[in-house]
Amino acid sequence: MPDSRANRSLIAQLLVLVVGSFSFGVFLLPPLYDVFCDITGFGGRTNSEAAVVAEAPDLTREVRIEFVTSLNEYAQFEFAADADSMTVHPGKMYFATFTARNLSDESKVAQAVPSVAPNTAAGHFTKIECFCFTSQEFQAGEKRPMPLQFIVNPELPDYVDTITLQYTFFDTARLAANTEN
Amino acid sequence: MTAAVADAHDHHDDHGPAKGIGRWLFSTNHKDIGTMYLVFSLIMFFIGGAMAMVIRSELAIPGLQFVHPEFFNQMTTMHALIMVFGAVMPAFVGLANWMIPLMIGAPDMALPRMNNWSFWILPVAFGILLSTLFMPGGAPAGGWTMYPPLILQTGDAFPFLIFSVHLMGLSSIMGAINVIVTIINMRAPDMSLLKMPMFVWTWLITAYLLIAVMPVLAGAVTMLLTDQFFGTSFFLAAGGGDPVMFQHIFWFFGHPEVYIMILPAFGVVSEIIPTFSRKPLFGHDSMVYAASCIAFLSFIVWAHHMFTVGMPLTGQLFFMFATMLIAVPTGVKIFNWVATMWRGAMTFETPMLFSLAFVFLFTIGGFSGLMLAIAPADVQYHDTYFVVAHFHYVLVPGSVFAIMAGAYYWLPKWTGHMYNETLGKAHFWASTIFVNITFFPMHFLGLAAMPRRIPDYSTQYADFNTVASIGAIGFGLSQLLFVWVLLTSKKGEKATAEVWDNPPGLEWTVPSPAPYHTFETPPKLNESHGFH
Amino acid sequence: MIRKSFLSLSGLLLAGTASADWALNMPKGVTDLSLETYNLHMMVFWWCVGIGAVVFGVMIYSLIKHRKSKGVEPAKFSHSTTAEIVWTTIPVVILVLMAVPTAETMVRMEDSRNPDLTIVVTGYQWKWHYKYQDSDIEFYSSLARSSLEARRKQSGVDPFSVDNYLLDVDNPVVVPSGSKIRLLFTASDVIHSWWMPDFAIKKDAIPGIVNEAWFRPNEVGTYRGQCAELCGKDHGYMPIVVEVVEPEAFAAWVDSRNVEQ
Repeated sequence: MPDSRANRSLIAQLLVLVVGSFSFGVFLLPPLYDVFCDITGFGGRTNSEAAVVAEAPDLTREVRIEFVTSLNEYAQFEFAADADSMTVHPGKMYFATFTARNLSDESKVAQAVPSVAPNTAAGHFTKIECFCFTSQEFQAGEKRPMPLQFIVNPELPDYVDTITLQYTFFDTARLAANTEN
Repeated sequence: MTAAVADAHDHHDDHGPAKGIGRWLFSTNHKDIGTMYLVFSLIMFFIGGAMAMVIRSELAIPGLQFVHPEFFNQMTTMHALIMVFGAVMPAFVGLANWMIPLMIGAPDMALPRMNNWSFWILPVAFGILLSTLFMPGGAPAGGWTMYPPLILQTGDAFPFLIFSVHLMGLSSIMGAINVIVTIINMRAPDMSLLKMPMFVWTWLITAYLLIAVMPVLAGAVTMLLTDQFFGTSFFLAAGGGDPVMFQHIFWFFGHPEVYIMILPAFGVVSEIIPTFSRKPLFGHDSMVYAASCIAFLSFIVWAHHMFTVGMPLTGQLFFMFATMLIAVPTGVKIFNWVATMWRGAMTFETPMLFSLAFVFLFTIGGFSGLMLAIAPADVQYHDTYFVVAHFHYVLVPGSVFAIMAGAYYWLPKWTGHMYNETLGKAHFWASTIFVNITFFPMHFLGLAAMPRRIPDYSTQYADFNTVASIGAIGFGLSQLLFVWVLLTSKKGEKATAEVWDNPPGLEWTVPSPAPYHTFETPPKLNESHGFH
Repeated sequence: MIRKSFLSLSGLLLAGTASADWALNMPKGVTDLSLETYNLHMMVFWWCVGIGAVVFGVMIYSLIKHRKSKGVEPAKFSHSTTAEIVWTTIPVVILVLMAVPTAETMVRMEDSRNPDLTIVVTGYQWKWHYKYQDSDIEFYSSLARSSLEARRKQSGVDPFSVDNYLLDVDNPVVVPSGSKIRLLFTASDVIHSWWMPDFAIKKDAIPGIVNEAWFRPNEVGTYRGQCAELCGKDHGYMPIVVEVVEPEAFAAWVDSRNVEQ
C-alpha cells in the first residue's frame, strides 16, 4: 500500500467531516432553525417566554386580531376564545381570555401551541403573559379561563391588516405514553 | 502497453482469487467487491421493480383491484427506498469500485477491508428493510420522505426502518471515504487532479456530498427515533417541536442526494460519448467546474421541495432563484456533450445509444425541473404526477440509463468477451420506448390534477394511467433482456484490451478480462491514452 | 381472476375512449391568480420548447451528419472559451426573464388583506373540517356516499357509473362569487394539504401551525380538488368540493345553515 500515513491522516480528516455533519444535523440545525424561525416568523413562530415591552401606542392604526382554536386528535377538551376577534392599536397592551374544559373524567395536562398567520406578522406579535408558556393541568371536568396579554409591535409591516393567532391544544399525556411503550 | 500487468503477474502468481464462497465473503479485491455491488443492485432493481409492477397494476384502471390502500402505500414507500438506496446508489458504488482504480492506475481501493464491510452491510440493511413487510402493521407506509407525524404511526416496522436507514448511511459513508482516499492518494504519479477522467471527478465530488449529507439523514432519523421512544419532541408540536423542521433537515440531505444519484451518471456518459464520437471530451475543465457548482448549489435549494408549507415570501424567492441557477451548470454539461459529438465520427453501439438517450431524456427531466422551480407553478405541480414524471425522467432514463450504458461499455473489460450487440440494442430500444410510454403520460396526469401516492383515482385519469401501466409492464419485461445479455456475456467473441475504437483512459491498457491484480506498479500516462 | 381483470381492462379501454378525457394541460382556473399561474406555466413551457428545439436540433443534425459510416474524419478540438461563455450567459439572461414576472405574481399571492370571508380548514385522517369565522357555521366534509361502495377492493361497482368518483363530498364548502375568501389551514393529526387546482391553492395543513391563503373566484360553479400530502391509508379518499354561488344564493345558504344549527 502506498503511503499509509497519508491515508491515515486523510481518513482522520474525513471522519471529522462525518462527525461534523452529523453534529450539524442533530445539534446545530434544530437550534439554528429555531433562531431562524424566531427572526423570520417562519412557521408562524412567536415568543415562547414572557417578554417585557414598553407601550408606545399608535392610535392612528388599527389591526384586527383573530383567534382560532384547534384541538389535537387526542385532546379531550373544549377550548375556545371568549371573543372570536378584536381590533387593536399597535404598541398598546391588550388582554384576551380563552376558556378550556376537560371533557374526560380524569385529570389531564394540556399544552397550548401558538402559531401566527401571516408568518411575517409572527415576529411582531409579542406575548407578555400567556397560558401557553407552561403546560396546564385540568382536573376531571374542570373548566377555567386562561388569560393572554399581548402587544402588537408598531413596526408591523403596513401590508398586514389582520393577524390570526391560533392555539392548538395538545394532550401531553400522549407524549409521555409514547415514551413508555 | 501491458508491461505493468505482466510485471504484476511475475510476483503475484500465488495470489489469485480464493476458491468458493470465501472469495466473496472475505474479498478485499476491488473487482470482486465491484461485481458484488453490481449484482446486488441488479437484484434490488428487480425487487423494487416488482413493487413498481404492483403499483402500476393497481393503477391500471380506476377502482381497487389487487391491493388495499395500506399495502399500496407500503409499496410506494418501499419502492422508493429500495430503488434509491438499494439499486441506484450501490450500482454507482459498484462502478466506482471496478473502474476508479483502473482509471487512475491504482492497484486496488485504498481501504480494501473497509470496502468489504461497506458492501456486506448492504444485504443486512435491505434484509431488515424487506423483513418489515411481514411485521404486524406492515412495512413503512409514510413515504420514503418519512415525514412526521405520519411516519410515527408506523407499526412494529418503525425502529427497523430507522435501523436499516442507519446501516445504508453507514455503508455509503464508508464507501465514500474509500473513494476519496483512493482518488487523492493512489493516482498514477503523473495524473494531476485536472487530468483525472470525468467519471473519477464526478465520483470524487459525489463522495464529498455523501460525507456531508448522509450523516444529516442519520441525524434526522435518529431524532424521529428519539421522538417516538425516548420522549424528545424535535418534531412534535406538543412538546415545542416542529414537524416542518424535519422536512428542512430531510431535504437538506435530500437535495444533495439527488445529485449523488446523477453526478456519477454524468461521469459515465462523459466517458462514453468521446469514445464513440472518436473525439476528446469537450471542455473537460469546465465540466469539472460545472459539477462542483451543481454540488455547491445543491446545498442551498432544499426548500424548493416545500413551497406549500407556508414559507415567507423572501424565503420562497431565495429558494426559487437558487434553484433556477442550477439550470446554468447543468446546461453547460449538456452543451459540452453536444459539442463533443459535433464533427465527431460517431458509431452507435449499445453504450452510446444509452448515453444519447440519457442526454435527450435527462434534458426533458431538466426542463420539467426548471418548470418546477417556478414557485407559483410548483404549487400546482407539487405532489402530483407531474413531479412523479419529473423525478422518474431524471432517475430512470437519467441515472439508470447511465448505469446501463456504463455496464455495456465496461462489460467486455469485466468478462473478456463482447456481449451480444443485437440483444443489447433490443434491450436499449425496448427500454427507451417503454420508459417514455410509462412516464411521459404522467406529465399530463399531473397537470390534470392527479395527486401522487393515491391507490385509486377519479375516472377522468383512467386513460393515461392505463397507458402508463402498459408502458411500465413493458419496461419491466424489457429488463429481462439485460439479464439475458449478462447470462450470455461470456459466449461472445474474445474482447481485445482496447475493446472499442481507441477509447481514452487507462482502463483500456490492461487486458480483457482485467486480471485479478492490475497496476501493481503505477503506469505512465501518454497521449495514446487520451492524456495530454 | 387474471383473465377477468384482463377482460375488464380491455373493456375499460374501450369504455375509456368513449368517455375520453385525455386532458393535456393545467386548468386555467377561475381566479386571476390561477390564470397568472397558468400563464407562468406556459411561459416556462415555451421557453423549454424553444431551448429544446435548439439543443435537440443541433444534436440530431450532428447525429445524422457526423457519423463514421459517412466516412467523416473526427475533428480534434476539445475546448472553446468563447462557446463556454456564450452558453453560460444566455441561460442566465433567460432565467432573469423568467424570474421577474414570477416574482411579481408571488407578491400578489401573499397579499391577503381585507378578506370578505374567512374559513378555517382543519385536516383530519381522513376528512376535512370547515369553520366559517364570525359565524356558527361549521361542518365536516367527507367522501360522498356514492363513492363509498365503489371504492372498496373488488367492489364490483364500475367507477365509471359513479358521478365524480372519489371527487364528491357530503358537505361542500359554499362561498360567494366575486368575494375575497381567506382560508386558514391547520390539522389535527398528521400533515395534510388542501389543494384546489382551479384556485391555484395548495397549502399544507400542519398540526400546531396555522397557514393562510386566499382566492377570489370569478365564476360560479362547482370545483373539485383533493388532499395532496400523503396522510395515511385513506389519503386518496378525502376530496375537496367548493361550490361558488351568487352572493344572494350564498346569503340564503347561510340562513338555511343557521336554521339547521
